[in-house]
Amino acid sequence: MTNETRRLRDHPLVQLTLVRYREFFREPEAVFWVFVFPVLLTAGLGIAFRNQAPERTPVAVVERGAASASVVEALARSPDLLASALPEAAAADALRTGRVALVVVPGAASDTAEYRFDSERPESRIARLLVDDALQRAAGRRDPIGVADRRVSEPGSRYVDFVVPGLLGMNLMGSGIWGLGFAIVDARRKKLLKRLIATPMSRVQFLASFVLSRLTLLVIEVAVLVGFAVLAFGVPLRGSVASLVIICLLSALSFAALGLLLASRARTVEGVSGLMNLVMLPMWIFSGVFFSASRFPDALQPFIQALPLTAVNDALRASMLEGAGWARLAPEIGIIGAWLLLSFALAVRLFRWR
Amino acid sequence: MTGPASSAPSLLVRGLRKRYADVVAVDGLDLEIRAGECFGLLGPNGAGKTTTIEICEGLTEPDEGEVLVLGRRWGEHDRELRELLGISLQETQFSEKLTVEETVRLFRSFYRQGPSADEVIGTVQLQEKRAGRVGQLSGGQRQRLALACALVGDPALLFLDEPTTGLDPQSRRQLWDLIERFKADGRAILLTTHYMEEAERLCDQVAIVDHGRQIALGTPRELVASLSAEHVVEFAASPGVPVSEDGLRQVDGVEAAVRRDDTYRVRVAELHRTVPALLAELRRQGVQLTELRTHSATLEDVFVELTGRHLRDQ
Ligand SMILES: Nc1ncnc2c1ncn2[C@@H]1O[C@H](COP(=O)(O)OP(=O)(O)OP(=O)(O)O)[C@@H](O)[C@H]1O
Ligand SMILES: [Mg+2]
Repeated sequence: MTNETRRLRDHPLVQLTLVRYREFFREPEAVFWVFVFPVLLTAGLGIAFRNQAPERTPVAVVERGAASASVVEALARSPDLLASALPEAAAADALRTGRVALVVVPGAASDTAEYRFDSERPESRIARLLVDDALQRAAGRRDPIGVADRRVSEPGSRYVDFVVPGLLGMNLMGSGIWGLGFAIVDARRKKLLKRLIATPMSRVQFLASFVLSRLTLLVIEVAVLVGFAVLAFGVPLRGSVASLVIICLLSALSFAALGLLLASRARTVEGVSGLMNLVMLPMWIFSGVFFSASRFPDALQPFIQALPLTAVNDALRASMLEGAGWARLAPEIGIIGAWLLLSFALAVRLFRWR
Repeated sequence: MTGPASSAPSLLVRGLRKRYADVVAVDGLDLEIRAGECFGLLGPNGAGKTTTIEICEGLTEPDEGEVLVLGRRWGEHDRELRELLGISLQETQFSEKLTVEETVRLFRSFYRQGPSADEVIGTVQLQEKRAGRVGQLSGGQRQRLALACALVGDPALLFLDEPTTGLDPQSRRQLWDLIERFKADGRAILLTTHYMEEAERLCDQVAIVDHGRQIALGTPRELVASLSAEHVVEFAASPGVPVSEDGLRQVDGVEAAVRRDDTYRVRVAELHRTVPALLAELRRQGVQLTELRTHSATLEDVFVELTGRHLRDQ
């Protein structure tokens, strides 16, 4: 080792930052939650919600002699339906437990029928349309317009494309808030913070070591998750890499500042955990990680849009999926930046070293 | 200002007071420690030792009083003072995931000058554990790590809050040697301990405090001499026959008699006169002795006498 590198290694900021890495990488659970878990979740969701050829919708026909046989035959001709004849009680049971989407009860006259289904279930409403179509055609209906179907599956519109930016945002939030919150409160509880300020250590460098380590770990975090999503599922990256990098950087800083704020007074790990969950839970629900935030009522929207994770998720989706430019991203970046400044200013004011 | 030739005290405390919500932790304390001196702060639990030490370390704000550390005041020369002080707090847990060497290296990096991390690890004899995780150290090894972290800045004044609690006799002796060498270099130490033989052995000056107030000050020898009776007779009696303490006090030459469970402690001026009389009195009371010991009065006897409590039983 040359003198120069030795001197650099013994710089307090380098030493403090090394401590952060060591504490992180020597805790297998933390490594799992930050690096492995998001990839597993992406893989699971990507596979579960993959776009596939639509399955045949199961329907039941109540057994009523010859009439039911001809109905089953007519339905069997539709490529989208799977029809079976059942006694009335068994059919009702199958409908109730969701094994069939709809029950056809052939009428006394051959040109009548009854559909039993739950109009709240989307697949039942679809089954109603398909069954009716098949029966009407079998009875000789002629369609006045000739149509042809062509199926498309476009990257960017699938569920996995929607969920990956959400998972990335959620991960940035989790590792920022947990990463800082636990480490600081644990050091306070152990009187280690007090011991550190009894040395000539610069307090700014102490805090800077958290920022530095977060930013370097961030690179791995983002590269692993985005890389996996792109390679395994072909999730698109339509925006510039620069915009993705800036959004991730700013988000990581903002959540780190929020973590610092939450950890500024707490004396026990239990106390800070409660506080962190209280802050993160609304964002897991409202900020559009797994489903769009627009599903919530309009009255809630101003609150939802002001949450940092909503801004992060929206910005990531706009950049990755829509290739949005800086002008489009400006409002979200503004919200994330405002959270950063506000949390940091408050944290510095409230922070207790002992 | 910090050299051995300097005559200014390394630490000067005047009229120190610190109140917490429901207790007065420090109630008008004066201290003076000179270079080359080891000063022992003794007192029962809750006496205010840690509070006093932490005020001197600039970690706690006093309500009243003056603190002059190496000629400087907190609030004016903090950064400079931090470079000059070595501190071991009563309870610090270092990060369990770091190794001994990494921890010492971290603390070393904060100071402009001082011995290398390796040297300090050698000084506290943790070489074998250098690469071991802090989480796997024994209690005494952790204490030595705390000491190493106090020494990395080559301090002129060392604050040690119960540095030998939990150390085995060997390690304690090693620490004593270290303190002796430290003193010989003309540096100063403020030490708290619950081990009286340690204070007697190491400290040039001892202050006994209770309820935040100083109740005795002097060299260990002076304090022991201040007891008019310099010998202690201890005996245990078989249970059943109660010993009358008043009867004991009536014996000629007995200065004080206290009972603890089945053991009695009697302070006497002259063994050769009083012990026979004492035995005669016990025989008269019909007491069956199971044990009999005598020793010269120690700092511990002074302590028990002054604070009315037995330190290690707290
Ligand atoms: N932060 C605090 N808040 C309230 N009371 C405190 C605080 N710190 C100390 N005290 C009280 O001040 C008194 C003195 O405490 P201190 O820790 O100085 O005692 P000590 O002499 O070091 O005791 P020990 O031998 O047990 O270490 C105690 O009654 C303690 O309860
Ligand atoms: Mg104490």
